Amino acid sequence: MRRGSWRSALWLVLGAGYFLVPLLATAQFSLKVTRESYGLDAYRRILADPLFRESLLFSFRLAVYTIVLALALLVPTAYWVHLKLPRLRPAIEFLSVLPFVVPPIVLVVGLLRGFRWTPNWFYGGYLILVAGYVVLAFPYAYRALDAGLRALDIHTLTEAAQSLGANWTTVLLRVIIPNLRTALLSAAFLTLAIVMGEFTMGVLMQFTTFAVYINYVGETQATGAAALSLISFGITWLAMLGILLVGRRIGGRQVQIGGTH
Amino acid sequence: MAYVELQDVRKAFGPVVALDDLRLEVQAGEFFSMLGPSGCGKTTALRIVAGFESPDRGRVVIDGKDITGVPPNRRDMGMVFQAYSLFPNMTARQNVEFGLQMRKRPPEERARRAGELLELVGLAAQGDRYPYQLSGGQQQRVALARALAIEPRVLLLDEPLSALDARVRVQLREEIRRIQTRLGITSLYVTHDQEEALSISDRVAVMSAGRIEQVATPPEIYGAPATPFVAEFVGTMNRLEATVVDGERGRVSYAGREIGADAVRGRRSGERVLVLIRPEAMAVEALPDGGVPEGSLVGRVAAQVFLGAVTRLKIETEGSGELLTADLPSTGASGFQAGTRVAARFTPDVPRVLDLPPAR
Repeated sequence: MRRGSWRSALWLVLGAGYFLVPLLATAQFSLKVTRESYGLDAYRRILADPLFRESLLFSFRLAVYTIVLALALLVPTAYWVHLKLPRLRPAIEFLSVLPFVVPPIVLVVGLLRGFRWTPNWFYGGYLILVAGYVVLAFPYAYRALDAGLRALDIHTLTEAAQSLGANWTTVLLRVIIPNLRTALLSAAFLTLAIVMGEFTMGVLMQFTTFAVYINYVGETQATGAAALSLISFGITWLAMLGILLVGRRIGGRQVQIGGTH
Repeated sequence: MAYVELQDVRKAFGPVVALDDLRLEVQAGEFFSMLGPSGCGKTTALRIVAGFESPDRGRVVIDGKDITGVPPNRRDMGMVFQAYSLFPNMTARQNVEFGLQMRKRPPEERARRAGELLELVGLAAQGDRYPYQLSGGQQQRVALARALAIEPRVLLLDEPLSALDARVRVQLREEIRRIQTRLGITSLYVTHDQEEALSISDRVAVMSAGRIEQVATPPEIYGAPATPFVAEFVGTMNRLEATVVDGERGRVSYAGREIGADAVRGRRSGERVLVLIRPEAMAVEALPDGGVPEGSLVGRVAAQVFLGAVTRLKIETEGSGELLTADLPSTGASGFQAGTRVAARFTPDVPRVLDLPPAR
């Protein structure tokens, strides 16, 4: 083996170790039953806890609502900004970094005050949390969509569709959105990951989301918290794998293989 | 009555006037090209016909009906774009069927029509391919089929060949013309490529700075340019700033030489004129002994450019120092090496004469 290859292999092992050792340590700890014995007790306990299932499904439901609302708001907005108002792009980009700057507590207070006038079915329930999550997801979802739109010649596609008789809705649904699938998937999965892991808003608004449940388990069961961390990690990885596989299947075929002749 | 009319159309983008009271008439079934340099307004004019831009004032009339305010999706215009515009998520066949779907045509009719049009553009076997699996030329063929599928009132082509390589460009432009002639569809073609415009059009409008300089058939545009701009833009042209010395006999003076130009007959002596001569109309002979034939221009060969069938000589004129261009058959050009003293002449009926534009 050449010297360069050894170096590469060494870096690979070090890199893999950096990520894998904490995971393996967590896995080892989560499997401990007593000081000497190992088993799946912590996992059984967590999976048997009705609050685990409830909080997981609750967060998943919140994530789905957030994805739907965020995409419904952001896709037409980003498309329109790219198509007709390119000068507004810096302003939108500035807005999109605000959720990073504004502390979550301020955001929660702002949301609760700002939406006080709304009907009780919204203000009194978890939908207000969805509104907050849409704000949190905005930077990630907008940037994913922005990158997707930049990669498309949306002006020409829009005009081509219009000249063939398509109205704005048809252009968006039949031409633009199908060609933004990878960007939409990225936006959706990033939103999913954010919502599944979001703690501050959930706890401040007093909802038992999955992250709040993880925190609760972490305070009450040592091995259970480790097991739950791995389960949560697995869910996130599955989501990322989903992006990778679907993105590869869709994105892979967009590479031009014909020449200019 | 004209089928497509642009009536006093004006369009400005901020301080830049793209179209300055443009008037244009295209007859039914005609292949009409708008030719001009970048920024002359030709694409803006086409986009106004398509409905993608609104004129600041003026009207767009198709078949006698004012369509100025009609949105693009209700204009029934087929358009082929400069950029590849096929929908990437659809196959070639689905692309061609798209316009028919918008018109709610039954699936059997859509499939039949798409098949016919793909056949027409020579891509019947590629119908199930996605755009990324097609070459640039094939994509533009599909785009043409897609534009024709809706049986548009007018076919609009916005520099559809500019992204293609030279050989395919020639092949495809001939194909476009063949299809247009066969279908008899009124077509508006935008290009900055004079050869393209002259070779496929029934009539050409040469545009400059938002205005039309000349509308005529290709032979007229080439042979009888109406303005100095057209003369300069279309083909290569020798421009001699000359003075009429004898308006009765048709004689002008240039670089201290008196030459014949029938077109100045009737002009006053002393009048400044622009004498235009195509390079292929120049006859060149070597002057080894220093003699100067009457009625010819004299100079030295500054450069020789081989262009295949012809060889282009750049001749530095004695007296003015300006460069003349003359095209000779390449078979007889070997005797005109750089530095050779030559006489360039033309028959008096050849030059076209225009008023000399005011100095800029």
